[in-house]
Amino acid sequence: MNSRSLQTTIIFLVVGGILALALGGFFGPASRQFNTVLVEIQTWTSSRFLGVQDFFTAPRDIVSLRNRNAELETQVSQLQIQVIELQQRVNQTEILAALVDYARSDPESTYKAAAVIGRDPSPFLHYIIINRGSNDDIRRGMPVVTNQGLVGRVDAVIADAARVQLITDPASAVNVYLQNAETNAVSLGSVTGDVSLDMISQNVIVEPGDLVLTSGLGGGYPSDRIIGQVVTVRTLDFQLFQQATVQPAVDFARLEIVLVITNFRSVDITPLEPQTTP
Amino acid sequence: MRNLIAFPLLGLAVILQSSIVSQIKLLSGYADLPLVMLAAWALQQRVKSAWHWGVLLCVMLGFVSSMPWPVLVIGFLGIVFVAQILQRRVWQAPLLAMFSLTFFGTLFMHILSFVTLRILGTPFLFGDVMGLITLPSLLLNMLFSIPIYAFMRDLARWVYPVEEYE
Repeated sequence: MNSRSLQTTIIFLVVGGILALALGGFFGPASRQFNTVLVEIQTWTSSRFLGVQDFFTAPRDIVSLRNRNAELETQVSQLQIQVIELQQRVNQTEILAALVDYARSDPESTYKAAAVIGRDPSPFLHYIIINRGSNDDIRRGMPVVTNQGLVGRVDAVIADAARVQLITDPASAVNVYLQNAETNAVSLGSVTGDVSLDMISQNVIVEPGDLVLTSGLGGGYPSDRIIGQVVTVRTLDFQLFQQATVQPAVDFARLEIVLVITNFRSVDITPLEPQTTP
Repeated sequence: MRNLIAFPLLGLAVILQSSIVSQIKLLSGYADLPLVMLAAWALQQRVKSAWHWGVLLCVMLGFVSSMPWPVLVIGFLGIVFVAQILQRRVWQAPLLAMFSLTFFGTLFMHILSFVTLRILGTPFLFGDVMGLITLPSLLLNMLFSIPIYAFMRDLARWVYPVEEYE
């Protein structure tokens, strides 16, 4: 290795080390400041993108859209930016109002609102990143919901951000309860983001439209949170269980603000599970 | 010292990937901006710090993503390794090298991710992964590769200016 390459390696190691220590929270206030700046940049980028996305994709009435378009054409670009920002604020206010109503309907739980600022860089994984972390008392295992239903569970936490595993993630499994059929099942995610049910007893009758709620079994999620509705059921005589596909209640493609249930502590039941002896 | 541009540039790439690129989906796949950037950088002839960039990218993505870190390390450093070989052998056709590296790099990364996650217990089906994630991602990465290659070539000229002799 020549001296230039060695010098580059040393510079990268030193700067990388400082960065790693800062991200790890070893520099106290300076580290928090650094983390805050990183999260701010991520939040800013994400919020601008969502604003632009909202502007182009929000459904509107054709006539009002034309009028609106005509008005906008007469305005300068600065005003257009303001419209986008204001529209995003209105959307956020509506979402927050719905979330507040939802939180009021369940006074036993303590909620903390968080904005979705990113998604997992890998298409194999269905995770989101939120702008609340251990500084806001967010802990690993806390359930994440919206007013529409269950979103997922906190998987990893840093000072000012957390990563949430969605119930659509292929590795996600949630114990659920079919309200009409009065039976338990397991909700599974998939590569495509679809949710399906497995382990439904052959003895029960499941029909499209049945409501799917969390059962609370296993201690990983609180009970009675809406997952979605059954769309189709597959029953084969030679299989032990029935399967079903579910239409999730939450629109995972347009998640903007979520609620973390901060007074829920997930239970690790691994020590209680029976051990198989060789 | 100009090499330190790696920190803000790769940081920005990871932020863009996480907040914007990951929401622009084709079926269930999306482009991998950091991967294409690393491939384009490693293919530049005058670049001497491709390994450093690879390691830095692994650290940054390992911090954001839930993907097991061995996948990132083997995947990205493998891409740098292949780039170094291609750089010497296909130097007369840089775009061909870029396309080849993007194609095989994406394929390698996805197969590695698939195998690792399967071993860890995620119930993937190979056909679903290939059809819904890998092929769309390949197409998007190939589309991204041309402008990113041009950008990284200019960046390499700035980081490693040609020394003039009198």
